[in-house]
Order: sequence, then C-alpha cells, then structure tokens
Amino acid sequence: MRTKRFFAVFLLVSLVLAGIVSYYASSSPDGLEKVAADKGIAAKEKSHTMKDSPLADYGVKGVGDGRLSGGLAGVIGVGVVLVLGGGVFWAVRRRPAPVPAPVPAKDA
Amino acid sequence: MGVHVPDGFINAPVSVGAGVVAAAGVALALRGARRELDDRTAPLAGLTAAFIFAAQMLNFPVAGGTSGHLLGGTLAAILVGPYTGVLCVSVVLLVQGLVFADGGITALGVNIVNMALVTVVVGYGLFRLLIRVLPRSRASAAAASFVGAVVSVPAAAVVFTLIYALGGTTDVSIGKVATAMIGVHVLIGIGEALITAVTVSSVLAIRPDLVYGARGLAAPLELRTEPAPAAR
Repeated sequence: MRTKRFFAVFLLVSLVLAGIVSYYASSSPDGLEKVAADKGIAAKEKSHTMKDSPLADYGVKGVGDGRLSGGLAGVIGVGVVLVLGGGVFWAVRRRPAPVPAPVPAKDA
Repeated sequence: MGVHVPDGFINAPVSVGAGVVAAAGVALALRGARRELDDRTAPLAGLTAAFIFAAQMLNFPVAGGTSGHLLGGTLAAILVGPYTGVLCVSVVLLVQGLVFADGGITALGVNIVNMALVTVVVGYGLFRLLIRVLPRSRASAAAASFVGAVVSVPAAAVVFTLIYALGGTTDVSIGKVATAMIGVHVLIGIGEALITAVTVSSVLAIRPDLVYGARGLAAPLELRTEPAPAAR
C-alpha cells in the first residue's frame, strides 16, 4: 500500500473509532475511577478546572443528541491531537542534509 | 471515556515533583525523537497520537461493573519509536486535560509519568528484550508487543500506587490501594495487549517498513545505522 493511502486509512480508522464506535463504549467507571470510589481515594477530588470547556467530558456543549455530541467531540479530538502532535513531530524531525540554496536570478 | 488522575487525589508537593519528572521526561523525549522522526515518520507519529486518542475513548468492560481503556504507550513506542511514543501519549493527555476536562491539570505530571513514561519504558523495554531472543518473524513481533503491553498497564498502576503512597490526600492503606489497583489493571492489561498486538500485526501485514520496533524484520532496503545482529 502506498504511504499516502496508508496514512489516509489510518486516519479514517481513528475517525470511525472516535466518531462512531465510541458511542458503544462501556460507560462503567474505569479501573482507577472504580478503585478510587470504592476505597475512598476520591474523597478530596476537586472538580475539573476545565469542566466548562465546550467539549468537557467528551460531548459538544449545546448538542442534545448523545450520539452526535459524543461523535463530534471524538472527531474534533482526533483532529486537535493530529494537528498538535503532527505539528510538534514535523518541527523536531530530522531534515535531509541542507542543499545549498540556488542563487536567485535577481532580487524581487 | 478515559478517566485519568483528577485534581485533588495527590497533594501539591508530590504533584509538582511528578510534574518535574514529567517535564524532564518530555524534554528528553523531544531530543530523542529527532533521531526517530523524518519526513515520512513525522506524519505517522501524528496519526499514531490521534489513533491513541480515539482508542482511549473506547472503554471495554472488565470484571464487575468496571471498564478499562488503552493507555497506548507500548503501541506508540513500537510503531514510531520510544521517544516519539512518550510524546504521542503526552500530547493526548494534554489535549484530554485542557479540552475534554479529563485528567486534572495539576495531575498532568502524574498522568504523564504513569501513562507515558512508565508504559513506554516497561512496555517497549520488554518488547525489545523479547525481539532479541525470539526468532525474527512477524509472529514474534506480535507476541512481544502483547507481552510488553500486558505488563505495562499493571506497571502504571504500581507507579500510581507509589505516588499515592507519597502524596495521597486521603488516608487509605497502601496495601488496599495496591491490591485493588494492580488487580483490576492486570485485567485491563489484557485488553491493552489485545489492541496493541492486533494493531501492530495489522500494520506489519500492510507496511512492515513503517513499524519502528520491527525495522530489522522486513526492510531489505533499510539503511542500517546499527551493526548487523550476529547470525543465529
């Protein structure tokens, strides 16, 4: 498979997982959450600084339909992580050995 | 959805200490990632981070009304390299904390230590060890990724317990926390291992040359910078 096509498929898989499949994820508390609640670790938990974020708790504020709200939040999250992560990775990547810049024919 | 350590579980001094360790780890990873990333692997690393974000939304049921989700450190390290793997998970945790109110801002250091640094060091370390002793094949790479991932999750739970022992804001016996955390995370580790092995195997089947941890397996045109392994 060509690299570009592979990248497109990889992105599509992530978008489908976050945008569609996430609706069917288990809503039970996760391991840490369950242990914290059962054992009393969570007694002094503070509410989240960003709890009023328009995407808090993986939903889009103002979108009533749960499936749409969660799916949109997931797709936005995939996009934000891709742009932020991809930007950092692109910035720190190894560059090919510099080729001497061609001398411009004339100044602009 | 992913639930990470929130604000208020761990006291301020230990949270700051974990923040310093996390910052040092990320700084080291930024330096190391330069060697792992080029024009082709940089986009792959961005896509890997996005995949981990998506996969962390998919909580799977484990025992007794409890769920788990992928941590992703082992997977990211195998696909794009250990330094870049730390950065992938860190970016996901940062976005989750700042945008999705998942994982406390003051607990970001604790979460990066547990879910980015520990999982990569333990999971990828074990993977490398196994790759060296197992026969060179895709099946070995899949098996090694399974073992690395399965151990990485309880390892993160152990480190959480240690951090809790140092700076927990509540007075719960460490033995109880350790038993409960490790018990449930052994189960979650099986899910982590299945997702990791399936994903690594899928990429190996399609584009083995894009898997950092299996570069020696199927890349005859690879420009090697390490000495060739001795014939077995």
